[in-house]
Amino acid sequence: MSLRRFIVRRLLLIVPILFGVSVITFSLVHLTPGDPISRMVAQNPNVAPADEAQLRAQYGLDGPVWEQYLTWIGNVVTGDLGDVYGTNRTVSEVLFLRLPETVALGVFGWLFALGIAIPTGVYAAVRKGTVGDTVSRVVALSGASVPNFWLGLLLILAFVLWAGWWNVQPPREPLYHPSMLWHLILPGITVGTAACASIMRVLRSSMAEELNKEYTTAARAKGLPERQVVYKHVLRNSLSSVVTLVATLTAGIVAGAIVVEVVFAWPGLGQELVEAIHGHEINLVVAITLFTGLFVVLCNLLADIIYAVLDPRIRYE
Amino acid sequence: MSKGRTERGRIRITGFDTEPVTDRENSNDPAELTDRGKKTRTESPRRWQRGVWQFSRNRSALIGLCIVVSMSIVAILARPIEIWGVTVQPVSLAPYPPSDILWLTHDVSPYDPPSVTHPMGIDGEGRDIFSRVLAGGRYSISIGLIVVLITSTVGVVYGSISGYYGGWIDEFLMRLVDMILAFPGLVLALAIVAMFGSGYWQLVIAFSLFGWASYARLIRGEVLNVKESEYVVAAKALGAGDLSIIFRHIVPNAIPPVIVLATLNIGTVVIGVAALGFLGLGLSPATAEWGTMLEGARDSIIHGPGGDVRWWVTVFPGGAIFLFVLSINLIGDAINDTLDTRESDTAARNELW
Repeated sequence: MSLRRFIVRRLLLIVPILFGVSVITFSLVHLTPGDPISRMVAQNPNVAPADEAQLRAQYGLDGPVWEQYLTWIGNVVTGDLGDVYGTNRTVSEVLFLRLPETVALGVFGWLFALGIAIPTGVYAAVRKGTVGDTVSRVVALSGASVPNFWLGLLLILAFVLWAGWWNVQPPREPLYHPSMLWHLILPGITVGTAACASIMRVLRSSMAEELNKEYTTAARAKGLPERQVVYKHVLRNSLSSVVTLVATLTAGIVAGAIVVEVVFAWPGLGQELVEAIHGHEINLVVAITLFTGLFVVLCNLLADIIYAVLDPRIRYE
Repeated sequence: MSKGRTERGRIRITGFDTEPVTDRENSNDPAELTDRGKKTRTESPRRWQRGVWQFSRNRSALIGLCIVVSMSIVAILARPIEIWGVTVQPVSLAPYPPSDILWLTHDVSPYDPPSVTHPMGIDGEGRDIFSRVLAGGRYSISIGLIVVLITSTVGVVYGSISGYYGGWIDEFLMRLVDMILAFPGLVLALAIVAMFGSGYWQLVIAFSLFGWASYARLIRGEVLNVKESEYVVAAKALGAGDLSIIFRHIVPNAIPPVIVLATLNIGTVVIGVAALGFLGLGLSPATAEWGTMLEGARDSIIHGPGGDVRWWVTVFPGGAIFLFVLSINLIGDAINDTLDTRESDTAARNELW
């Protein structure tokens, strides 16, 4: 199968999944007791029953469920995610305002994870059984076990309160401002730690496996320098096992960002989501949930394509 | 791993002297002989036994197990438990009731640092952190266990049906799993809590409602692997029903990876529950739950006056979560090494993680 046919097939395959993702998000809202209107009415005693019906019609909540779904998905596709109840802000406005901050955090988390995990993973595999290897295993296991919000709090304790290198609150500046980027470091480390630990573990074990294969022996036998054997041949083949993890790890980073943004008061989507849950802003919760689902599906697709490029055998399965 | 161990492993796998003995013992049982699923029955106990033996030789796994067990016991014994007015557990390890505000009755003030009488200090409300950390495991650990019990059961049934029947049933059921797995678990849990509100059973629902999906996908793959094996075909030929084939022959052989996932999953759920607690969306703020305790800790860090850093409010509850999850991961890794389905690979697997 050519690469292009493979990509087209994968694209077609995600259509039903995207549909399912939207159904799951939608049903989360509509299978729960009490719709937003009854909540609004309960909070505001001045609303008469007649107004309630009118409000319901205004927000399109009076038809049968499938009709509501179709209206909703129609709106979503055209980019209309509804209003934030009780204000004149639209949900898409809020999303686009906060999205860059979260993306920056996620990208920084990824860079941190890869930047630390690849060299240490390679080191651990090459020096298997040495003290350095043991230390890196302990670090990886701890990194996989530490709750990210606690890690964030510890980093705040150590670097913000004791060392005083950062302020507690990030400055209110545009994202590209140097002091904003400076404040991205601690949350980025916190968000990337779990992914870093997973990559270290997977890379170490898959490299250890590849190092024992015949092509490695062949490469050594023909006199290639060890450095070239490790980085050009073995690492390249081991990275495909990391690529299969990309989607899972990205999902983890997205979920982690929600909590970490709250820890560091980082003004991204995650903080918005938590505030929305506290304030019963259902539209916003739905939009962010849906957005996360779509994002992870796209990451999955991307990982599949990268994998197919790296390892052509995959296309023929 | 040590050389001797690897060699012992090799003898065990290639040698034939131990196996006939076990087989002879089992074949004394006439019921076994008539059952063509015999291979499953005689293989499994030995595999489990060997697993237990190997597990008990893994030092870090044993340490992990000790920590998990003692933390659970401490959580149970921390405060007396009453069910409908009857005290079923009278022991009280915690020196103070976890939600008592001590500055009203004792000579302490909020944010007192650790001392002899209060080894982990006092929190912002004037409660004894040591007592709260001891009792805090109750919520997290029990929710973790309940969720894993529910999700693994549902996932195993769902996945084995999907894998066994195959065809369009499999296609449909697995697409559904794909859809669920498109969301990070924590995001779904947050959305569910946003809809249903927070509380103990709401948290259980939040992590159970979609948590079974990864088990389903895992066991489906395993079922596909063992479905075509001889003993399943034999059982079919002898006219065994679908249900009996699935749950008596296929599932027991496909279960080891599920056990590994379930173990690691306890840790994930405990972190998830704590994360929701930290976000103020878990149990009620006064509850002595590890994550919920940290919610207050963050405020005390941010709003605390400069100069003294109240590290104890943060370090101890979070440290409890970390210790528990670390131990769970140690156990999970060890089980992964010992219960490995590819038995001859065990030695090799021990080399890698």
